[in-house]
Amino acid sequence: MSAPGSLAFFAAHEARLAWRDAAGMVSGGGKRRLTGPAFWFFGFIAVMHVVALAAMPKALPIDLTSERDTLLTVTGAAFFAWALMLAQAMESVTRAVYSRGDLDLVLSSPATTANLFAFRTGILAFGTTFMAALLVGPFIHVLAWRFGAGWLASYGVLAAMGATATAAAILVTLVLFRLIGARRTRLVAQIVAAVIGAGFVVGAQAIAIIGRGEFSRFAVFRSDFALSNMPGPESLFWWPARAAAGDLIALGGVLGASVLLLAVAVVAAAARLPAAAIATAGAAQPRVRSSDASGGRLFRPRSAEATLRAKEITLLVRDPWLLSQSLMQILYLVPPALMLWKGFGSDLGTAALMVPIVVMGAGQLAGGLAWLTLSGEDAPDLIASAPVTRGAAVRAKVEAVLLSVTVPIAPLIAGLAVTSAKIAVIAAIGVLLASLASSAIQFLFRSSARRSQFRRRQTASRAATFAEAFSSLSWAGAAALAAADTTYAFIPAALAIGVLLIAAAASPNGFRFER
Amino acid sequence: MLDAALLVRGLAKRFDRPAVDGLDLTIRRGEFYALLGPNGAGKTTTLRMVAGLMTPDAGSISIFGVDARRDPIAAKRLTAWVPDEPMIYDKLTPLEYLAFVAGLWGVSPADAESRARHLVDWLGLGPYADERCEGFSKGMRQKVALAGALVHDPSLIILDEPLTGLDAGSARQVKDVLLERARNGATVILTTHILEVAERMAERIGVIARGRLIAEGTLEELRGQARGGRSTLEEIFLDLVDAERSAA
Repeated sequence: MSAPGSLAFFAAHEARLAWRDAAGMVSGGGKRRLTGPAFWFFGFIAVMHVVALAAMPKALPIDLTSERDTLLTVTGAAFFAWALMLAQAMESVTRAVYSRGDLDLVLSSPATTANLFAFRTGILAFGTTFMAALLVGPFIHVLAWRFGAGWLASYGVLAAMGATATAAAILVTLVLFRLIGARRTRLVAQIVAAVIGAGFVVGAQAIAIIGRGEFSRFAVFRSDFALSNMPGPESLFWWPARAAAGDLIALGGVLGASVLLLAVAVVAAAARLPAAAIATAGAAQPRVRSSDASGGRLFRPRSAEATLRAKEITLLVRDPWLLSQSLMQILYLVPPALMLWKGFGSDLGTAALMVPIVVMGAGQLAGGLAWLTLSGEDAPDLIASAPVTRGAAVRAKVEAVLLSVTVPIAPLIAGLAVTSAKIAVIAAIGVLLASLASSAIQFLFRSSARRSQFRRRQTASRAATFAEAFSSLSWAGAAALAAADTTYAFIPAALAIGVLLIAAAASPNGFRFER
Repeated sequence: MLDAALLVRGLAKRFDRPAVDGLDLTIRRGEFYALLGPNGAGKTTTLRMVAGLMTPDAGSISIFGVDARRDPIAAKRLTAWVPDEPMIYDKLTPLEYLAFVAGLWGVSPADAESRARHLVDWLGLGPYADERCEGFSKGMRQKVALAGALVHDPSLIILDEPLTGLDAGSARQVKDVLLERARNGATVILTTHILEVAERMAERIGVIARGRLIAEGTLEELRGQARGGRSTLEEIFLDLVDAERSAA
């Protein structure tokens, strides 16, 4: 039995909560047995191994030190992964400080809260590394199998990346606290986290497109500019890449430095995060005045459906956090837009290449927005008690989704139209079908939730998440094949309809309106 | 029953056990009616079915002569529902919220604006009319929700625990607003655990237990139904519920 308030006491408490949280996430929050979810989990790992086998090169330079472009590519890939880990860590740090949960109880107790925060910081680093290991692990295994067990040292690099990402996230959050205060830090940190994750990856891709006309985000690392400006082969800069390949001295250095950085962050966090958490409790919600809210324009004649549409769009526009979450999906449309701009009006092949990306992006964006309007309705009783049929209410909400999707997608379709009207029409139809299908899937798996739970929607219904992804992917494939003038387009289209039918069969309500 | 604002007959709803079990209820036009009952008695389920938020398994609901099961839209046009937890939109201001509700109920813009401004001032929300609701206290949020319920001038106002979590000042304002509405001809049905509110405000009180109405009437009539010597509503209520529990 550990002493109350000690590090071991908090460790036992946190471990129990973390286990139950993880079990809840895996079982969808229900009381179901974990056998089924575990089957899917290991199935996912197996599929990732198949993907890694297909994706990883069959030959690799034996001596990495002599191949600076390979070193740079490995370092660049690690940097992209680190950016995503940083985004995840920032989200977690913000949640650890702002989610009241048990903080009021712990902070009002006589226990030394520094112990709790120190332990929670360690858990954050572990969680960040674990999630990355799930995705990257299969690729490490394939590398180790093909090129030697030394590549298993990549797990060490992954741990170092998790530690440094968590340390950086804590330090950024503490700096934000100091600069802009408790009230604004949460929003800013969440937006920064959302943009950082996609920003680096998309940025590299954008540079590659502008500079070399290549779509690959790794192209930037093969550019003459990058290679000529990189440090020499003996530089410490390459240590993470060398460590990943099994250089034990480099691995020791990377791990040592990252553990030291994490220790500094843990000490800083243990000393300052309790104060920050107390500050968040005292920080009242900002009072925001809406300049357009008092005018006569508010009260104008319009139908109930138009009123609902306007409400959905207003709520979306006014929520920077939700916008930043949606922005993640929109950001991925920047590279195709640039590609289109590069071959503006002339390159038919590029235009056809853009079609599936645009359709996929629209489907994913529509899915997120449809969740917000259909499941994330903050006043469901008001809508249900209003003299509007449920069908009309759902229609109005889906129309709001389609209107919102149109804003980022329409310029891309217009760009395609300059190259080929036919391809633009195919893309527009694909966008419409993918958006409607995603909305239908969200309708089938609708639940009663708060808009603030947007980030957790994917764990709340994995069936909806997978169905939405497969549906968007299938419509993207169908549109791509149609743009390439092949009748085989009907195969992915049929698959997309099949996904919708399976989703309808698997959903708790089908297309009925429950009462 | 031409003067009935709400006529409920044989209403039933079952979840894992019967929540509402053949309930009959008649509430007159312009009446202020309080529905009391212990936790899990079926009060909220009953009112949610009346407000069209839940489909009954059996029974009929007539609101001012409109069959709510056959023509729910017409019935909803006459009704307002205020849940215990105010459901409003954080990113809208009170005036925007009222404009939205008025739009859903199809109120003409001129009427909607004058009613909205009047309600906002009356409930003391005037200084916050153009501020987003995200920073509002529970009391202010409840007042915004109440204003939303009243902006379409409903004939039947249904409230589920409207005073929960309100401070004395806010509770007083809400009570005044409801009494004024009842005086002006609206029918008000509310559930409450604050028996003093029912005692002071309601013309008639219904006591529900295990999904059935076990007693109904004015305070005087309820005194007559309770076992001897009970004078306060609290004593009468506890006596009726105990009697029902022992009979079951």
